[in-house]
Formats: sequence, structure tokens, C-alpha cells
Amino acid sequence: MKISIIKLLPLAIILLSSLAIYSCKPGKVGSKLDADAAQKVYVAPGKYDEVYAFLSGGFSGQVAAYGIPSGRLLKVIPVFSQNPENGYGYSEETKPMLNTSHGFVPWDDSHHPELSKTNGEDDGRWLFINGNNTPRIARINLATFKTDEIIELPNIGGNHASPFCTENTEYVVGNTRFSEPLDFEKGDVPINSYKKTFKGAVSFVKVDKGTGSMNLSFQLIVPPFNYDLAHAGKGVSHDWLFFTCYNTEEANTLLEVNASQRDKDFIMAINWKKAEELIRQGKGVKTPVKYAHNVYNEKTHTASSQIESGTLTLDVTKYPGLVYYMPCPKSPHGVDVAPDGEYIAASGKLAAVIPVFSYKKMLTAIDKKDYDGMIDGTLPVLKYESVLHGEVKQPGLGPLHTEFDGKGYAYTTMFVSSEVVKWKIDNLQIIDRIPSYYSPGHLSIVGGDSKKPYGKYLLSLNKITKDRYLPTGPELPQACQLIDISGEKMKLLLDFPTIGEPHYGQMIPADKILKNQVKFFKIEDNKNAYVTRAEKDSKVVRTGNRVDVYMTAIRSHLAPDNIEGIKMGDEVYVHVTNLEQDWDVPHGFAIKGANNAELLIMPGETSSLKWTPDRSGIFPFYCTDFCSALHQEMQGYFRVSPAGADTPLKFSIGVNPVTQ
Amino acid sequence: MKPVLRILIGTSIVLMLGAYVLPLWHILLDAPQYPEGLELKIWLNGLSGNIDQINGLNHYIGMKHISIADFREFKILPYAFGMVLLLGAVAAVINSRKLAITWFLSLCLFGIAGFTDFYIWEYNYGHHLNPHAAIKVEGMYYQPPLFGYKQLLNFTAGSLPDTGGIIVGIGGVLAALPLIKRKKSKINNEKNLHTPDDRRLAV
Repeated sequence: MKISIIKLLPLAIILLSSLAIYSCKPGKVGSKLDADAAQKVYVAPGKYDEVYAFLSGGFSGQVAAYGIPSGRLLKVIPVFSQNPENGYGYSEETKPMLNTSHGFVPWDDSHHPELSKTNGEDDGRWLFINGNNTPRIARINLATFKTDEIIELPNIGGNHASPFCTENTEYVVGNTRFSEPLDFEKGDVPINSYKKTFKGAVSFVKVDKGTGSMNLSFQLIVPPFNYDLAHAGKGVSHDWLFFTCYNTEEANTLLEVNASQRDKDFIMAINWKKAEELIRQGKGVKTPVKYAHNVYNEKTHTASSQIESGTLTLDVTKYPGLVYYMPCPKSPHGVDVAPDGEYIAASGKLAAVIPVFSYKKMLTAIDKKDYDGMIDGTLPVLKYESVLHGEVKQPGLGPLHTEFDGKGYAYTTMFVSSEVVKWKIDNLQIIDRIPSYYSPGHLSIVGGDSKKPYGKYLLSLNKITKDRYLPTGPELPQACQLIDISGEKMKLLLDFPTIGEPHYGQMIPADKILKNQVKFFKIEDNKNAYVTRAEKDSKVVRTGNRVDVYMTAIRSHLAPDNIEGIKMGDEVYVHVTNLEQDWDVPHGFAIKGANNAELLIMPGETSSLKWTPDRSGIFPFYCTDFCSALHQEMQGYFRVSPAGADTPLKFSIGVNPVTQ
Repeated sequence: MKPVLRILIGTSIVLMLGAYVLPLWHILLDAPQYPEGLELKIWLNGLSGNIDQINGLNHYIGMKHISIADFREFKILPYAFGMVLLLGAVAAVINSRKLAITWFLSLCLFGIAGFTDFYIWEYNYGHHLNPHAAIKVEGMYYQPPLFGYKQLLNFTAGSLPDTGGIIVGIGGVLAALPLIKRKKSKINNEKNLHTPDDRRLAV
């Protein structure tokens, strides 16, 4: 017996030690779920959320509005992509919104929503967003949640570092992700002539204070780096703009390696007040370019598109004092200005630290000409140590973006180590960290890039969800995590899937939006060219092979609802006016076999669908929005006769004894 | 009449002038789909509020379209009420109690006539339904209440005085005071005979 125990001893030791090793395996970082999370995110039925979150749809090209803290999806606002659900980009009225100098581009990659600002605070009037692919900036009206304007930007390859507002929305700016030869220069050049022939261009889009209408004021021609993001200064740094630059190696192939060689890239600081002054002095060079400018008119419910020609450009190398470079470790992504305008946090996505720059020190370095070389001969690079407030040490892996809570703290996402890190701006000490599920890009704090953050909630916007939700095949949703930042420690409250890619988002207290909400459009103000203001005025008009149907919709009929005399080869335009004058009574309109879309028409609005019948016969049409108890009866018929038939043009609706 | 009574009549008239600038009555409609409610305001000379929405809904049950032009009352009422108020003013100026009483009675008559007319309209709207209506409920009539609340299918209908109506009502109560005061002052006169001063006078 004794012997056998001794014999078994080695086995027992092996077993025990392997158990110990197994239990020593570093576990996953424990979830920091708030014990009261359910209470904090519960918005009782019928109650409103406290905050609106506007998240870009990334590759969906749209913007989605969510309620926070519940995470409920409120609306997808169509911006750069056609939306067959309500006819945006399909209806005759909205097609011009998606026009560009390349023709009709019905999709894009929308990245950065930016709320309009007054005195550096979110004012709740408009939301700007960039089209990354075919360079565009859109303006969404937050009273109607409709896209009111889209302006194309010439001379650039991808509008990524965009759109960022100056302190009073004097300008929204953008810069290119892909440098390329300028539009007015010879573009047919060898790609490896990059360093010589390619350029960047910073666009300054002026925003009208009253109407919000945009126009491309001027562009600064800058070195051919890749520009990732930007932020305007505020308060003390009001006059300045900061852009992150990567690929300062100016590589044109295998950027993954070739653009990651230098130890430091740059933050480009631009004195925009000075640029504005130079333009005022007539220093801008008129350059021939073409770009589309699309405007939606709320009175006519109709968009128009104009191809503008020419813009003013300014070569920054010719004007000293306009541009300075601050060295920033390894391929910086975000550049974020603290609420006081003094501290500027930049995130080198391959760096081991988060450098925080000081605006005051930047000015001193400029004064003292504390340079560390020049770019393109005339653009000073300031000494890293001279402009640095300090570095946040060991923040995590892959720092990307920072926002602020207005209480002296900053929060940075770590893409690679999948976490959000809270640090103190003055002493750069790390206070707390919380895991993200998984790989956060941007983050958003309510008012977190403004002068007066509201704080309280932080959204971590994540690219990968893997095991977070019920699986949906190979294509999974992307998601947000809602984090409570009201206390010292961050606490996880909720996570929810989103549409597309929630690339970036901005959040604003709901009352700033609620007070301007439009409930319906007044029919007497409807100036659409094809409006029908009363049912008795509904009609069908033939002009050659074009047939215009002036139709009205009211609960629960479309008028006229029997239309005959349409022939093969006709182009039929159905202009539907929703006569309702009440909140939340849209009507839909759909025709069998229509090759484009259906329409969703808001009360008091007119919307037109073009339809080219493909065969003769009877085509039903009907209302697609369940509007009333008799919605199912809201229908009618087109009769389509062969080309050359002598069917007379006839339209009618039965006598309604009830309303007589 | 004592001066205080004449002042009361004057005050009453001023309050009743409110009928020209404020809505007298309102009909309120609440339904699950209308959490914000619908309202029909009745003025001395017309209607306002969500008339279009209410007509839009009423067409399902075949109720006649509410149209201000159908109400001849609104053309007459401002003048008729003005005459009544004028009567009160005359009573106060020439200090005639008889006329004050006549005024009060004519106010009462005006009120009774008004409510009767209101009831008749409500009855006709609620009962004379188009036989082709989409929604027909056996034995269901849609006459709104004269005063208070009533359930009509998915709608809770309320009929209540609006700001103008309340102010006119207060004016009406003041108009009634001369009658009551008179009785009291009679009693007071008898009592007064027993005061020492009166006795002295009697002696």
C-alpha cells in the first residue's frame, strides 16, 4: 500500500500542477456590467429617450438615428444611397440629390456625422456627413430629418478627413484620403510619379448662418500625404484646424508596409483665419473644375442639381505662416481638441503612447522658430518636444480616437486591444479601462467634441461582433456599446447592433432637436410644379407620349383611381400629393412591375414616380403605408393599351356619397 | 339699486365681453391613435380647431361634414348677444332694478336657447348618418354629449366650457346677484328699525 502511494505520487504531482497551470491561464477581462444597467437603459413604453445618437451607416451610405440610453433605432435617414422604401433617389423630386460630376452615383460610404455648432456647442440645427468615396458633403435638416443639400468636392480622391465644423460652423472642411493629381491638371500620369504629380486639397465649404446652404469657398493645395481626420480648434485655438497625416512617406504601393516606415508622421495645423484673409485679399487662383451642387427645396419638395465650375485654390507652400507640422507617432488616425481648445490629443494607431499637444506651446514654438526641418522646402515641422504637453504611457494597443467629458477626462478607443481607456488630461494618468466587443473605431460622448460636453453616456462603435448576438450567417451586424461615464469608473450598460457600419456618431440631448420638429407640411405652402391641392383638381394630361397623372391621396382613396388610355411607349409620371394635414399619416404609392421603387409621401408633400409600362393590360396601383382602417381599399387600376390603339384618355373616381 | 350692484352689473358685462375674444365651448376627442387629442372650439361667431381632421375621421361613419357656413347662428349670435349686454348696460346706467331683472332673465333665455340649439345640432350630426358609410355599427349613434364625457367607438368625447364660457358663466352669476341682494336688503331694513338710531327716528 505504502509503495503504491509513493508510486502514484509523481502522477498526482503532474495532475495537480497541470490543473494549476490551467487555472493560471489569463482569463478574459471581466465584464464591467453595471449592476443597475437594466434600470439605467430602461425607457418605459411611451417615454422618450434622453439623447439622440446619429450614427453613420458606413458602407450603407446613410445615417441612422437612435434613442439613448435605450439603443432603439428611430429612423434611417437616406443620404448618399437610394432608398426604395420611401423613394429617395428614385422619385423625380429626389433623383437630382445623387447627381455628381460622374453622373448619377446612388451610393457612397458615409463616415463622419458632424452636428452644426454655435459657440463651439452643438446647436441641433443640421447634421453634416461625408461621402468618402465620391467626395461629397451632405447636410441633413434636423427639423425634418431629410437630406437638404449635397455638395461634391473637386480635386480630391476620397473625402475622408471630413466634415468638421469650425467653432461657429463658419466652414465645414474636408481633406483627401487619397492624394491624386488635381482635376484641372493632367491626370494621365504614371502612378509612380506620385511624389511629383499628386496633391492633397483641403476644402473649405462655407455654411450660411441662416439657411445652412453650403458653397465651396476655396481649397488649400497641400503635400500628397494621406489625410485621415481633422478637428477645428475652439476658444483659444479658434483660428486653427488640425489634420492627421499618414503616408508622409508618400508611397504609392503596398501602403500597409511602405506607409508605416517612418517613426513619426504629422499633425498638420492650418491657420484658417489667415487662409480666409488671403482669399479675401484675392490671392486665390481661379481653377477650372466641375462639381455637382444639389439642393432640396422644402417648399417645392423638389431637388435641383447644378454642375458648378471653378473654385479658388491657394498653394500653401507660397504663404508662410499658413501651415505647420507637428510630428506625431506612427500613422495617426484621430486628432481631437479638448473642450478648452488648449490640448490636442492625437492617436498614432501603431504607436505605444498617446501624444497630447499643447496649443500654447505650439504658438511659442512657431514664435521661436523651433523647427525640425521643412516639408516641400517652406512648410516648417515643429520640434516634437517643443509642442508636446506630454504622452499617455501604455494606454493599450492601437489608439484611434478620443473624446472628452468636460470634467477634465479624455476617453480613447484602442482598436487592437479592444477597449476604451479613460485618462486625465492634465497629468496624463490612466484612470480606468473597459473592454469593447470588439475592435472599436470611433467613440462618441454626448457633446464629446464640443466646448461643453454633456457627458454621461459614451458609445464605443465596434467593427466586430462575433459571438455577441444570435448569429446571422457569415454576415454579422456591427454594433455599439453604451457605457456610463458619470462616475469615476466606466460601467457597461448595453450593447446593440446597428445598420451598416457605425463608423462614427454624434450624440446630442433630445430637447435641442425636439423643439424644431416639423410634424407635416402645409398643403397651402406646397409649391411643387405638379401639386394637386384638392381632389377635384386631380387629372391626367397627355403631352405626346408623356402622360402626367395629378393624383391625390387621402384616407382612404387615391384619386383618380381608374385611368385608361395609356399606351405602350408612353412615359407615365404619377405625381401623388398627400392631402392629409395631420401628424403621422403618410401614404404610399406603388405600381405593379415598376422598375424603380415605391413612394412614401408625407402629409402635404408631392412626390412623383416615373413608370414606363412594359406590356399592355391592367396594372393595379395602391397605397403601401397602412394608413387607416380602409387602407386595403386604397387602390386603383391603370389600363395600358397597345401602341396606336384608340382607347381614349379617361380618368375617374367613383362618386363618394359620404363626402357629397 | 345700491352703487355696488351697479358696479357688479358693469363687471358682469365686461366679463361677458370676453365671449367676443375667447372660445366659449369645446368638444374634445381622445383615442388611442390621437394621444395628443383633437379639439373643436366653439366661438360666438364660428368654429376652430382640428375641423379637417375631425371631418376626415367622421367620413368613415357617414357623419355630415362640419362646415362653418352651415351655421347661420354664427352670423346672428354676436349681434343678439350684444343687444342683451346693451340691455344690462342701460339697466346699470339708468339705475333700474326692473330692467336689471329683465336683463338677467333675457340672459337666462339666451343661455337656454343656445344650449337647445347646440343640442339640436349635435343630435342631427350624431343621428343623420349617410347610409353608404364604410363603418356602420348597429344601433350606434354619434351624438356628442351636451356636457361631460361619453364614449363613441374608439373616441372619448368630452363637451366642456372653454375659457370664454367660464368667464361668461362667472359674469352670469354676478348678473344674478341684484335679485338676491334685494331680498337681503329687505330683511336688513326690517332689522335696522330696531337699531337705536332708527328708534330715535321713529320717536
